[in-house]
Amino acid sequence: MSLSSPFDSVLPHYVLHLADNALVLGHRNSEWTGHGPILEQDIALANIALDLVGQARYLYQYAAKLAGNELTEDSLAYGRDAWDFRNCLLVEQANGDWGKTILRQFLFSAWQLSFYDRLRESRDSELAAIAEKSYKEVIYHLRWSSEWVIRLGDGTEESHNRMEKALDQLWKFTGELFVPAEYERSLGTTGVAVDVEALRTPWEKKVGEVFAEAQLAWPHAAGGVAGADARRDAAGAAKSAWAQTGGKDGRHTEELGYLLAEMQFLQRAYPGCEW
Amino acid sequence: MVESATIWSLLENIPDPEVPVLSVVDLGIIREVREDGRDVEIVLTPTYSGCPAMDVIRMTIRMELLEHGYKNVKLTTVLSPAWTTDWMSERGKEKLTAYGIAPPLPSQQVSRPDLFGRGQAIECPHCHSYHTSLISEFGSTACKALYRCEDCKEPFDYFKCH
Repeated sequence: MSLSSPFDSVLPHYVLHLADNALVLGHRNSEWTGHGPILEQDIALANIALDLVGQARYLYQYAAKLAGNELTEDSLAYGRDAWDFRNCLLVEQANGDWGKTILRQFLFSAWQLSFYDRLRESRDSELAAIAEKSYKEVIYHLRWSSEWVIRLGDGTEESHNRMEKALDQLWKFTGELFVPAEYERSLGTTGVAVDVEALRTPWEKKVGEVFAEAQLAWPHAAGGVAGADARRDAAGAAKSAWAQTGGKDGRHTEELGYLLAEMQFLQRAYPGCEW
Repeated sequence: MVESATIWSLLENIPDPEVPVLSVVDLGIIREVREDGRDVEIVLTPTYSGCPAMDVIRMTIRMELLEHGYKNVKLTTVLSPAWTTDWMSERGKEKLTAYGIAPPLPSQQVSRPDLFGRGQAIECPHCHSYHTSLISEFGSTACKALYRCEDCKEPFDYFKCH
């Protein structure tokens, strides 16, 4: 199924981008179900996964309604291939260890909180309503993941080292969160889409506060521009303008293909199957 | 009007499948009941986006109304204004306590931004001590947090603010 054919307007692309963000991260988190380090945290991550998949459902339902043809939330989630997915690269990254999963959630929740906060003011009433609902859920996700970043970053030598390694692996994918795709630019002028460039400052403030408590150094190399350390270090600031991008336009890391192969298996093998 | 009151009373019998002591009316998720003598429209709002109980609730409402002769039932989901635990009925909160689940405090608690912060003390539904502590903000369902009582040593669910 080609993305460009069923939609003749820009809005469904934007809605799909938001839906794909939520579904892909929700699915990643769900991979931990039954494998968490302790029962309570296994349950916590499963709850967060459930919230994200729930948000994705509302967004896919809306995208399907906008398309106005035979598309459904299920065909959008299970029937598109990697190049049709519009999620950010950050959310598709493999789980790695618990620390990397936590850090990925934290970096994304910190963005998603500011994002939904602004989307609540969208001139598109359906998106505004979904944002109003989702915002309340993300407050819990951000608090939970912030506490874990601090617990591990400022924990033992082992946990600290693992968080630094995770940061090294994920940081290059954070810059994309603030680089608008074409559909975001064109919808931004009409007050429908959020100006993601404006989210950078509140995101860096939030992430910086938690990193400081977690004893994690602000990374110089990639993705962020204005961390306190980077400002002091002109070379770091110059390098930091670089960010890995492409996910929002369907150019993904190889991780997404593996995720979809598992997530979509049943509908690929038995199309339309219900149980 | 009379009809609409009848439908409300039927809805009073429909339990939340995950917290069966609460009816969907107690839970505050029924926003409106409209009927014109032939068609019925029920407006619902979900608790959490991913709450799997919502699908079961919708089906149960349909079955219950069908059993009472309402064939044309439309269920409409609205997301805004977003559901809040403040919409739970006082009777519902009493039923929760009796069932062993601590009822939600007023929802300003939800936006507590501080990390590792102590929220307002939650009363143990078993021994009524306030000497309790949070185990996890995520419990057996999306709407509950897990606590333990430091006096009677029992773990308990808290229907968390939202």
